[in-house]
Amino acid sequence: MNELFTLPVLLGVLYSGVRLATPYLYAALGEMFAQRSGVVNLGVDGIMLMGAFTAFFIVTNTGSLALGMLGAMLIGLLMGLLMSFVSVNLRAVQGISGIGLYLFGLGLSSLLFKRLLGSTKAIDGFQAIPIPFLSDLPYVGDVFFKHNALVYVAFALVPVAAFVLNRTTLGLKIRAAGMKPEAADSLGVSVAGVRYFCVCLGGVMAGVAGASLSIGLINLFQENMTSGLGFIAVALVYFGGWTPVGVMVGALLFSMVNAFQLWVQVKDILPSSYRDFVVMLPYVLTIVALVFGRRARQPTALSKPFSRGEN
Amino acid sequence: MEALTPVIAVLLALAIGAIMLLALQVNPATAYAALADGAFGSTFAVAQTLVKATPLLLVGLGICIAFRGGVINIGGEGQIIVGALATTAFTLGFPDAPLLVLLPGGLICGMLVGGLWGGIAGVLKARFGVNEILTTIMMNAIAVQLSNFLLRGPMIDPKEIVSGTLLAQSARLPETSWLPRLIPQTLLHAGAIFAVVMAVLVYVLLWRTVLGYRIRAVGLNADAARYAGIRVPVYQALALLLSGALAGLAGAVEVLGVSHRMMEGVSGGYGFSGIVAALFGKLHPLGAIPASVLFGSLLVGADKMQRAVQVPSALIDALNGLVVLFVVGSDILVRRRAQRRREQEPHA
Repeated sequence: MNELFTLPVLLGVLYSGVRLATPYLYAALGEMFAQRSGVVNLGVDGIMLMGAFTAFFIVTNTGSLALGMLGAMLIGLLMGLLMSFVSVNLRAVQGISGIGLYLFGLGLSSLLFKRLLGSTKAIDGFQAIPIPFLSDLPYVGDVFFKHNALVYVAFALVPVAAFVLNRTTLGLKIRAAGMKPEAADSLGVSVAGVRYFCVCLGGVMAGVAGASLSIGLINLFQENMTSGLGFIAVALVYFGGWTPVGVMVGALLFSMVNAFQLWVQVKDILPSSYRDFVVMLPYVLTIVALVFGRRARQPTALSKPFSRGEN
Repeated sequence: MEALTPVIAVLLALAIGAIMLLALQVNPATAYAALADGAFGSTFAVAQTLVKATPLLLVGLGICIAFRGGVINIGGEGQIIVGALATTAFTLGFPDAPLLVLLPGGLICGMLVGGLWGGIAGVLKARFGVNEILTTIMMNAIAVQLSNFLLRGPMIDPKEIVSGTLLAQSARLPETSWLPRLIPQTLLHAGAIFAVVMAVLVYVLLWRTVLGYRIRAVGLNADAARYAGIRVPVYQALALLLSGALAGLAGAVEVLGVSHRMMEGVSGGYGFSGIVAALFGKLHPLGAIPASVLFGSLLVGADKMQRAVQVPSALIDALNGLVVLFVVGSDILVRRRAQRRREQEPHA
C-alpha cells in the first residue's frame, strides 16, 4: 500500500488522468451544447465508436492523421444530423431514440471493422508535443505539458465553450432554446435550427472523442472499445451542472480514478479483488452527485420536443 | 397503418441492411437466406431461436411496464446480471434442497435482486428526482464490476482455482435446479413457456388491476394522474422496480435454463435488444411475444449468416438500432396526426 504513495506513481497517475480526460471532455462538452439547447443525445457512445473506427481506418490506409480526424468529424456530423432529424422533426422520445443511435453505431462500427480490417494493428497516432519552457517545470511540467495536441485542444475547449455559451449571441440563443423555446421562437430564433446546430456540434465532438481514443491515446481499434464511455459523458453533463468547468471537473474525476486503477493494476499494488471496486467508484460517485447535485441549472425544456404553435 | 408501423420499420431496416451488404459486396439475398435458414431451417434452429427469444421476452415485458409508466429503463443489462448472480448464489448455497424449493427459490431470488436494482433507480427518481436513464446506465456498470469481483473472487468455481485456468465463472449449478428441457438434443427449456405465462400475467397486471391502471395513467399523463390523486412518484418507482424484476428473472432463467452456471457476458445485450422487441410489440405484453421471437431469430440467424457469407453478426445490432429509430420516429408521426384530429395539446 505504501508503494502507492511514492512521487513517481502519483505523478504517473496525474499524468494519465489528464491524458485520459480527453475523450470524456470532447464528448461531454459536445453533449453539453446539445442539452443546453434542449436535446438529450443518448447515442454519444455509438457516434464515438463510429468516429473511432473511421479515424483508425483512414489512418491505417493513408497514414494521414488530419484526414482521419476529418473523417471522424464528418461521420459525427452525419450521425448528429440523423439524431437531430429524429429528435427535432420527428419529435421522438429522446431517451429511446438515443439508444437506437447507440446500437446502430455499435453494430456498424463492429461490422465495418471485422469486414474491412479484420484484425487490429497499432498505428502511429498523435505524438506528444512538450510545450517549451512549461514542460521543464518540476512536476507540473510532467503532468500537464507533455501531451499530444488532442489533449491540449480538449482542455482549451473548456474556456471556449464557456465563452460561446455565456458571452455570445449564439450562446444566448442556445440557452433560450433550452430554457424557453416558445419565448425564443417568438423573438425570431429558429429553435429547430439552434437544436440542429447543437446536436450536430455534439455529434462532431463525439466523433473527435472517438478518434482521440483510436488515433490519439490507444492507437488501436477494438470492437466496442469505448465500453460505455459515451454514456458516462452524458452523465457528466448532469454531473457538471451543464457548465463547461463542471463538466471538466467531472471528466477529470473519472479519468483520475481510471488512471489510478490502471496504475494499481500495472504495479500490482492492491489485490485484484479491490480493483473492481475502484472501477466501480466513479459510477457510484456519479449517482451520489446526481442525488445531491443542484438541478436548478437544468435546461427547463430538456428532452421536450418543440413545435411552433402547439406548445 | 398504426399497427403496421413496426413491421414497416423492420422492413425498412432490412432494406437498408441490404444496401449495406451490397456496399460490402455481399449478395443480400444469399445473406438473408442464410439468416432465415439459421433461425428457422431446422428443429434445432427453431429451438435456438426460442431460447434467445425467452430472455428477450422477459426483458421486453419489463420494458413494457416501465415505458407504459412513463419511465425509461436502460438498465436491463445490469438487472439481468445481478438477477443471474442472485440465482446462482442461492442455488449453489443450498445444493441439497429439493427441486420444489431450489427452482422456484432461484427464480424468485433473481426477480428480487433484479427488482432491487431497478428499484434503486426508481426510489432515487421518486425521492430525489434523479434522471432514471442515467442511474440505470450507472447501475449497469456497477453490476458488471460486481459480477467481475464475485466471479473472480468469492463465487469462482473451485475447479478453476485447482486447474489454474482462473476462468471467471461460477461452479455448475446442482442439476435439481435446472429448468427441464422441452425438446431433447436442443437447448430449449421450460423457461420459454414460463416467459409466455409471464406475458399474460403482465397483460393482466397492466390492464386488469388497479396497480396497472395507475401505472398506465401516470405514463399517459402525469399531471392528470396527480389530479386524480395518484401518487405519481410511487408508481414510477414501482414501474422501474417491476421492470427490473422481470429483467432479473431473465437473468435467472438464463443461468437455470441455458448456461447452468454464472459467467461473464450472461446479459448478452438482451437489456438493449429487449427494448427493441418491446417497441416492436407496441409496448403491449402480448405483442412482445411475436416480437421477441422475431428478434431472437435475427440473433440466431446472424450467427449462420456470419458463417455462410462472412457477414459479421454485428449487422444485426446495427439493424436493431435502425428499427428503434424508425419505430420511435414513426410513432410520433402517427400520434401527431391523431392528436391534430383531436385538437389537443401534445404531450411531450
